[in-house]
Amino acid sequence: MDGDLKGDLRPNLRGTDLEHGGEVQDRGFEDVLTGEQKIRNFNINFGPQHPAAHGVLRLILELDGEIVERCDPHIGLLHRGTEKFLEHKTYLQGLPYWDRLDYCSPMSMEHVWCLAIEKLTGVAVPRRASLIRVLYSEITRVLNHLLNVTTWAMDVGALTPPLWGFEEREKLFMFYERASGARMHAAYFRPGGVHQDLPPQLLDDIDAWADHFPQVLDDIDELLTENRIFKQRNVDIAIITEKDVQDWGLSGPIARSAGLPWDLRRSQPYECYDEFDFQIPVGKNGDNYDRYLIRMSEMRESTKIIRQAIAKLRVETGDVLARGKLTPPKRGEMKTSMEALIHHFKMYTEGFHVPAGETYTAIEAPKGEFGVYLVADGTNKPYRAKIRAADYAHLQAMDHLVKGHMLADVSAVIATLDIVFGSIDR
Amino acid sequence: MAENPIPEAAIPAQVPEVPVDPLDALGALIVERSKGAVLRHYVANGELTVEAAIGSIVEVVAFLRADSACQFSCLIDITAVDWPGRAKRFDMVYHFLSMYQNRRIRVKAQVSEDEMVPSVTSVYPGANWFEREVFDMYGIVFSGHPDLRRILTDYGFRGHPLRKDFPLTGHNEVRYDEVQKRVVYEPVRLTQEWRAFDFLSPWEGGAYRLPGDEKAGGRDLGAAPTTTQTRSPS
Repeated sequence: MDGDLKGDLRPNLRGTDLEHGGEVQDRGFEDVLTGEQKIRNFNINFGPQHPAAHGVLRLILELDGEIVERCDPHIGLLHRGTEKFLEHKTYLQGLPYWDRLDYCSPMSMEHVWCLAIEKLTGVAVPRRASLIRVLYSEITRVLNHLLNVTTWAMDVGALTPPLWGFEEREKLFMFYERASGARMHAAYFRPGGVHQDLPPQLLDDIDAWADHFPQVLDDIDELLTENRIFKQRNVDIAIITEKDVQDWGLSGPIARSAGLPWDLRRSQPYECYDEFDFQIPVGKNGDNYDRYLIRMSEMRESTKIIRQAIAKLRVETGDVLARGKLTPPKRGEMKTSMEALIHHFKMYTEGFHVPAGETYTAIEAPKGEFGVYLVADGTNKPYRAKIRAADYAHLQAMDHLVKGHMLADVSAVIATLDIVFGSIDR
Repeated sequence: MAENPIPEAAIPAQVPEVPVDPLDALGALIVERSKGAVLRHYVANGELTVEAAIGSIVEVVAFLRADSACQFSCLIDITAVDWPGRAKRFDMVYHFLSMYQNRRIRVKAQVSEDEMVPSVTSVYPGANWFEREVFDMYGIVFSGHPDLRRILTDYGFRGHPLRKDFPLTGHNEVRYDEVQKRVVYEPVRLTQEWRAFDFLSPWEGGAYRLPGDEKAGGRDLGAAPTTTQTRSPS
């Protein structure tokens, strides 16, 4: 069982042309002797340290001239064994690991974990908590799409959009911080609700931001949407069809770009999404450019949901945690009630028990269908938690998508897939 | 409401008594139409599960994809669960989605440690990486898979990390060696004992008995009512 102790960590060049010291496998001067040229495809390494790889992605690309013939993604460079960790932690201790999966949309990750636990325990979330979850899920969607769209623009040569987009992201991180205390890894959604209530001032500030944000989107729109270079790099690149969506298990904006109006918020609503008024943008051509347009309009729709959620939150007051076994008692109660104190102690040491059972729970994360298959055995720790990340399935289709495209399109396709290695490698 | 396996926390399995649960009906239909390949079905937490024999898994998923009542054309996930105490150690678990019927289904099949699992990549090309991951994490071998390599673990990794008998700390650790100017692999050295506290409470459930405590007799200490729930309403 003791693993590979050779310790040889020279870059693994197996399969590339650098395998034999950089020389293209040498047949001497055979060509000259036989008068025939032997042409082979050239294999290159893309990444793992590449600015357009959106993380630690290593691609082995087989090129025929500049045309990609084969693309073999090597993943797992960020594998941290989250699923193994989850089996060894209580349900609550496992929660912060979820933020670190898709670290571009942290709260959506927590959300699915909370929903799965609530489903197995049969806990109903208070309405105010549910609204806060919707509010922050949509903030998360904007965060994610801003990152994706703007860095995508950077991958195809535009520098200004990321500068503008990241300014807005920074503001949204402030909202994260004011709600949870952390800019990114919030651990804010908890089984049974959300960790703390939002102060009224924060709601006003988010509202003010939502007023102003569509203008920022207009600005980015103006830079990119009709930009000649951006269109040349994206229109008719990596076209997907309805069949591809079904074959490769694509979801989210990528599935919608192929014309499938499939959004879990609408088709299998969770939380209180069914009472919100929003549109689901759907593409026509299934190319990169469609996916860009979809993400841009999704941000506008999210802003609409944010404003509706705030309006509802101003009316809806009440607790933000379903008080009971899953959640800690109120602070004030702990000062007076011995039972509350015991409950608090037991909850944070032993954790709560989840009845035996299994569930697959999924949400419409910004990247697509993000789900967890949770097997509980009745103890305080999950028996098995399988994380189903949308971008894992998307990256798998990479070979299918880039085959026949130019080398330069590879980075645009990576960007359009919206991959983040936190959730692919887990 | 016919089409929704509602993934909503508030509504667990005990929704109002509908005469026929559409999911249950679908399960019964699948069992009937699959000519014995699907062994049984059940609905729990509003989710439909069917159990199949691993030998006929390809036929079952091909049926689920093609049948007009099912149309489970989208493969969501393939994974495994390790039950070391069982004769057939692993559960293969497949999740499918039908975007057309707006339904989900879970297919489970038991696999023993030395059994090969037929690959479903011929039906769903997207199964490729999911099966590679199961191979990597559990060591379950798939027959007919086009490219069965490890996927998530390190180059040259040994063992299958998600098996229950694989230690959480693993076997190797890496560090950058200043002298050799490269990363070196070493066996894991734990500076302190691995601490796994048993938090399973003697207050709730569990027939905890103190060794040598004869006075307790056959009394089950765990039967005491829980204290934690009785709190004054705020």
